[in-house]
Amino acid sequence: MSENILQVRNLEIYYGDKRAVNGISMDVEKNAITALIGPSGCGKSTFLRTINRMNDLIPGARAEGEIIYEDLNLLSDQMNVVALRKEIGMVFQKPNPFPKSIYDNITHALKYNRIKKKSQLDEIVEESLRKAALWDEVKDRLHKSALSLSGGQQQRLCIARTIAMKPTVVLLDEPSSALDPISNAKVEELIIELKKEYSIIIVTHNMGQASRISDKTAFFLSGDLMEYDVTEKIFTNPSNQKTEEYISGRFG
Amino acid sequence: MNTRSNFDNNLKQLDDMLIEMARKSETAIKESINTLIHQDLEKAKEIIQNDTVIDDLEHEINNKAIVLTAMESPVARDLREIIVAIKISSEVERIADNAVNIAKSTLHIGNEKLIKEIIDIPKMMNIALEMLSDSLTAFLKEDVELAKKSAAKDDKVDEMYGILIKELMGYLQQSPDKTNQITQLAFVCRYIERVADHATNIAEHVVYLVTGKLSNLNE
Repeated sequence: MSENILQVRNLEIYYGDKRAVNGISMDVEKNAITALIGPSGCGKSTFLRTINRMNDLIPGARAEGEIIYEDLNLLSDQMNVVALRKEIGMVFQKPNPFPKSIYDNITHALKYNRIKKKSQLDEIVEESLRKAALWDEVKDRLHKSALSLSGGQQQRLCIARTIAMKPTVVLLDEPSSALDPISNAKVEELIIELKKEYSIIIVTHNMGQASRISDKTAFFLSGDLMEYDVTEKIFTNPSNQKTEEYISGRFG
Repeated sequence: MNTRSNFDNNLKQLDDMLIEMARKSETAIKESINTLIHQDLEKAKEIIQNDTVIDDLEHEINNKAIVLTAMESPVARDLREIIVAIKISSEVERIADNAVNIAKSTLHIGNEKLIKEIIDIPKMMNIALEMLSDSLTAFLKEDVELAKKSAAKDDKVDEMYGILIKELMGYLQQSPDKTNQITQLAFVCRYIERVADHATNIAEHVVYLVTGKLSNLNE
């Protein structure tokens, strides 16, 4: 039996009076890649951003129900959101490195977490960059600006920056939609590699990407979780007609 | 709004090519049996030569299926439709090969007087071709029930085959000088029985297309 890292129960998410997610329940598997797919406005990104409480930053946004992580409800008012975001990291659609050196991009947050020793920082920088499959490309220019990197390298740096915090869950919001095909392929390879150590949840509009890399796929439509199953099933013989229409490009 | 009308048109073309190929194979089987009945050696040679037309159609269908797979990234039902088109075209091509085999048997028998009028073989052929026609209709209409009904007729063909072979073996004892002709007629029975098997396979492909599950309708 596979272990679950997150249990979502009756999750409803609102923007003001408008309900964006309609009471969804699903289990997210540990050390697996879970893809969230669906047309724009279906609630998948809203759901993703709720998992590490990024939606708290949007005025009027609120969530009801439960997202259970290690016996804690992430939506609880008592939750330490800063600590939570260390455990559940996030990478965004557009690479957003800090306008600092490659090295500082990775150590920036670590310093806030009281890791100051140079040797220890060096070690984490190398380890994170290696895990993000970027080390060989940047090891000779760690103190050059991160903005000098290509888009694909910047995105892998953002992934390195996220995993430097040693999270358990990594949320990816269309991480390679702004990348060229080769960079995209590298990021996909990297994501598959990362699931050995982390649980990955990825929002993607790229059906090929969802089918190539994910273990399970959740299809959202108008705030409802229409179908959630192993990816192979979703892409060969989905149970729901709407899923079939969406993945085969008949709407959306 | 249909967001993939170009792709849908191409899938439709694939189906049309398949139906055209199946019609040609059906005609080839009917004509081959006619050459046997009327000992029409010239027509038999023509059927053998014309088989390349059906082979070419199979290649065209396969090429189109490969191009669509590469260019359109089909998934789920779309993917099954393309895979099934490839598989059905191969069944239909083998049905046409049986028409060639029957025509060759006609040539082997040549102008030798037939041991009896050929009556039961066309009856068996009619059932096999009905199965082919029903299986293809089931494909176009995505009708699982019709596919199953078509496949169920295979038992009848098998039964007729058994009776005919037994009868021919009887003739073999009566007329040992007609061994060549009787053997060729037994082969023809076998070829028709194979046509029914291919029609059954097509019915199975239809079930897969519609349900996504591989089935065995010929147990």
